[in-house]
Amino acid sequence: MTVSLTPPAKNSTLRQKQLGGKILLHLGLTVLALLTLAPLFFMFVLATYDKGQVFSMPVHMWFGDASPLNYQILLEQTNFWRAFWNSTYISIMSVIFTLFFCSLGGYAFAMYEFKGKSVMFSLLLGTVLIPSLLGLVPYYLIMQQIGWVGKPIALYFPGAANAFGIFLMRQYIVSSIPKELMEAARIDGCSEFRIYWNVVLPLLGPVMATLGLTTFIFSWNSFSNALVMLREQETFTLPLVLRSLQGVSNVEWGALLLGTAIATVPLLILFVFTSRQFVSNLTSGAVKG
Amino acid sequence: MTTTTKQPQTRNWNWSHLQKQAAPYLFVSPFFVLFAVFGLFPIVFSLLLAFSQWDSASGLSTMHWVKPLWSNFQYVLTDPLFATVLKNTFWIAIVSGLPQHLVAIPLAYVLHTQVGRFKHFFTAAFLVPFVTSTVAIALVTTVLFSERNGAVNQLLLWLNNFVLFDPLIPDQTGEGYIQWLFEKEYTKPLVCLLIFWRYFGYNTVLYLTGLQTISNDIYEAAQVDGATRWQQFWHITLPLLRPIAYFTTIGTVVGNLNLFDEVFILFSGPPSGGEEYSAQTIGLYLYNNAFGPNQDMGAAAATSWVLFVIVLLITLITNAVFRRTADPSEA
Repeated sequence: MTVSLTPPAKNSTLRQKQLGGKILLHLGLTVLALLTLAPLFFMFVLATYDKGQVFSMPVHMWFGDASPLNYQILLEQTNFWRAFWNSTYISIMSVIFTLFFCSLGGYAFAMYEFKGKSVMFSLLLGTVLIPSLLGLVPYYLIMQQIGWVGKPIALYFPGAANAFGIFLMRQYIVSSIPKELMEAARIDGCSEFRIYWNVVLPLLGPVMATLGLTTFIFSWNSFSNALVMLREQETFTLPLVLRSLQGVSNVEWGALLLGTAIATVPLLILFVFTSRQFVSNLTSGAVKG
Repeated sequence: MTTTTKQPQTRNWNWSHLQKQAAPYLFVSPFFVLFAVFGLFPIVFSLLLAFSQWDSASGLSTMHWVKPLWSNFQYVLTDPLFATVLKNTFWIAIVSGLPQHLVAIPLAYVLHTQVGRFKHFFTAAFLVPFVTSTVAIALVTTVLFSERNGAVNQLLLWLNNFVLFDPLIPDQTGEGYIQWLFEKEYTKPLVCLLIFWRYFGYNTVLYLTGLQTISNDIYEAAQVDGATRWQQFWHITLPLLRPIAYFTTIGTVVGNLNLFDEVFILFSGPPSGGEEYSAQTIGLYLYNNAFGPNQDMGAAAATSWVLFVIVLLITLITNAVFRRTADPSEA
């Protein structure tokens, strides 16, 4: 007992020192986080100023009152809500098809033994390394041949069964769904597809949420594919509409930033509520891949 | 199962057994069908296209082989613009790529070892740029870095008030601000800044995952042996991060070489690609060849194959580097 009298005193100064360091560290990280978020903050702030005020001196640090005006200009110059709907539709369809194809594929790779399985799986993972620009031109040609140029389906269908999603599903199914479940269902006379649909699919909730959210976010943001595939204003997605606003000779920066901000809000809300799932999805590809 | 259902099995053998055999193939078929149609076929076709000339507007029948078979490649490889574009792409890839990892690794380490309750909050904040659309980001960048009273130029002007900073800033008077989106000295750094900002959080998250897979026992053993924090970082953390580092490096390399969206929006021009094409990347060059005024699909296809070979070579080099630096003591 007597021996331990000195160490606590030593410890407390050490702890104080550590605490000071921790506070400094958290301060530094906070500054870095604020710097990271600053451009988005300015996006929202500048969206509330009109064309002339966006570039005034000094820089605006707080919200103005021109957003109704900007909103009016936005509606005059673009079919904004149509584009909002197009983006929503394409993203939702993308989520549905991705979840269906990827869970089906992941299920097969997780639960079945079949000839060529390992070769197929390596092939699947190998496709990730192919640069997306490689087949751009003929990809466009195929789309032309089957008449999908300008159609939303060109943006949600071809990429739906992707290696990343299948890999993610497989990992989840292997680790959380027992094979005995399949056997039991088989004895009960289920067909193979019914086992997937009625037995396995209902158990995939968490991984479906993870993959679905990520798919939605990437689909909502995708630009170059839409740029190549969509021709008519009517079919434009949000990124295309925003970019078309930038192309005119006398750019309405206030309206443009307001559009950008509105297009970003759903995404930020979704991300704030699901960042944990989003992070776990990003990393699941890295750990084993 | 085989013993209990002997009777029905013989009767149903055909259907029940067959569907069980066929099911997995059927289930993985969407991937392979979609990949064959929209992935593999375009790639094979683009190989043919790289040796052909084709007026895409007037149908497939106008497609024919070019006279010296390699002339598309010859055109691309001797095009002075392609040399510029290649240089730009590498410049941007290195200057934006390297700092990302130099920041992401220590940042992930600090988050992992020093930050408890707010770890997730910080990672989420750092990830926001990655989640936000390229178009939104590029448009905001255009505004913030605009020559006429953009926020960044105003900040630089303000920094001019401090003696320490004023030699760093080219303009002392506030007249003729930096034309970030035009002047050839500034276009590439701007792109690099943007890419760094966009992806450092993403790489941090990946490294953080890597750190979480390293067992605490190793650190405890090192502590018992009297290793300092720095020694632990250098001799334990870094070597054990190698698998993740490999993954992130490949990701950065492939992503940077395929750079398109950012430069397309920032430098849509005129002039396209910034002053003297100073920020035009291979991706933008390819796009302009295919969908620009020339509609030269053959040249675009040849460009994409040159790009593919470059990506392949660099992937192989990265592989070799990571294998060579492999720590022999690691199991």
